[in-house]
Amino acid sequence: MTLTVETVPTVADAARRLGTGVRYLGGGTLVMRALNYGDTSVSTILRSSDPALTRVETSGDRIRIGAGVTMAGVMASRDLEALHPVARVIGGPAVRNMGTVGGNLFADPPYGDFAVALLVLDAMVQVEGASEVPLERFLGERRGLVSAVTIRRPERGAFRFRKVSRVKPKGIAVLSMAAYLPGAPGRITGARIAYGNMGPRPIRVAAVEQALEGRGLDAGTIASAAGAALQGVSPQTDPIASEWYRREVAPVHLRRLLEAQS
Amino acid sequence: MSKKPVQFRLNGAERAVFVEGGQNLLDTIRRGLGDTSPKWGCGQGTCGACTVLIDGQPHLACLTLAEAVEGREISTNAGLGANGLHPLQQAFMDHFAAQCGFCTSGMLMAAKALLDRNPNPTRDEVIEAISGNICRCTGYEPIIDAILDAAKRRAA
Repeated sequence: MTLTVETVPTVADAARRLGTGVRYLGGGTLVMRALNYGDTSVSTILRSSDPALTRVETSGDRIRIGAGVTMAGVMASRDLEALHPVARVIGGPAVRNMGTVGGNLFADPPYGDFAVALLVLDAMVQVEGASEVPLERFLGERRGLVSAVTIRRPERGAFRFRKVSRVKPKGIAVLSMAAYLPGAPGRITGARIAYGNMGPRPIRVAAVEQALEGRGLDAGTIASAAGAALQGVSPQTDPIASEWYRREVAPVHLRRLLEAQS
Repeated sequence: MSKKPVQFRLNGAERAVFVEGGQNLLDTIRRGLGDTSPKWGCGQGTCGACTVLIDGQPHLACLTLAEAVEGREISTNAGLGANGLHPLQQAFMDHFAAQCGFCTSGMLMAAKALLDRNPNPTRDEVIEAISGNICRCTGYEPIIDAILDAAKRRAA
């Protein structure tokens, strides 16, 4: 089958061009891989040279990250300092020069660790031609052309992230966890907890958030949070780990995440 | 089938080649231009055998759309040894850092990107730099030793 490549000047042009068989190419780590493995559902590869896609902009307490910003781009941005440890554990250096923030939202498990971090930072997804939608909702649909993700500028020291891999220093995640704990170790207001690779898509974990909300991060709070670690969570069995294993280790890693010095 | 012309610099030489729609850079370099130093390994970004430098930064050629490198500078392992062995290649030989050799080309390019940016890396920085490159033979230690030794030789 003949594949065509179309390069359009703006994101709006690209969004108009999306349709059956048309896939948008960001960094290439998803679309080119699909092509290498014989995905015949793609007839047109769409690209855009819109400079807005690769910009990081701060306005007030929100930071706008263009969908085409790579993991290396995240690590080069001072505004995104809190997310540097997250970008650093995604792929090797070559993947980080290619994989984008927007693409990460479309990565199926066992990938998509960056989206887990975004979930606790109140990320809103800008789908071109539509209003902003919360990331949690977007991940359930994953439709349209993402032009940017905006996050809340994290309070210093309130954001934590953990990617658990069996292969060091770099391996596919058994699971990943992110926490946003404003006020900790004192009274936490607005607790956010998210898991990756503990189901078909990154999720917020309401039961753990409730266990943390309004409380100080002491031993008792951490114990009740760990006790709620698996509520509403349905981990999968895959070649990386079994459902049983994920259920066994998730509370342990949540405890370590909460006990860690920020 | 419609083909498009793409022009870029490969190891310092201006090259022009016709590519098919959706063709990746690895195919273009290997089959289109006859430089077989970057290897086809996994085709999905896991193994790093196809690592090339695009404008000095490591990229996976198998996941790069050929049309996207128009006007860019591509470096491969074949270019490293164009004027006698590069210090990294010599160090790989001296430390027996290549066994089957399939990962070697990608390892060398990942290492070159590191040393160009950081001429005096720590052991941990070397490990990080080659963390996207899989070797199934050596256990990595000889490769890490070779890269550290090459850095030392370049500094001397």
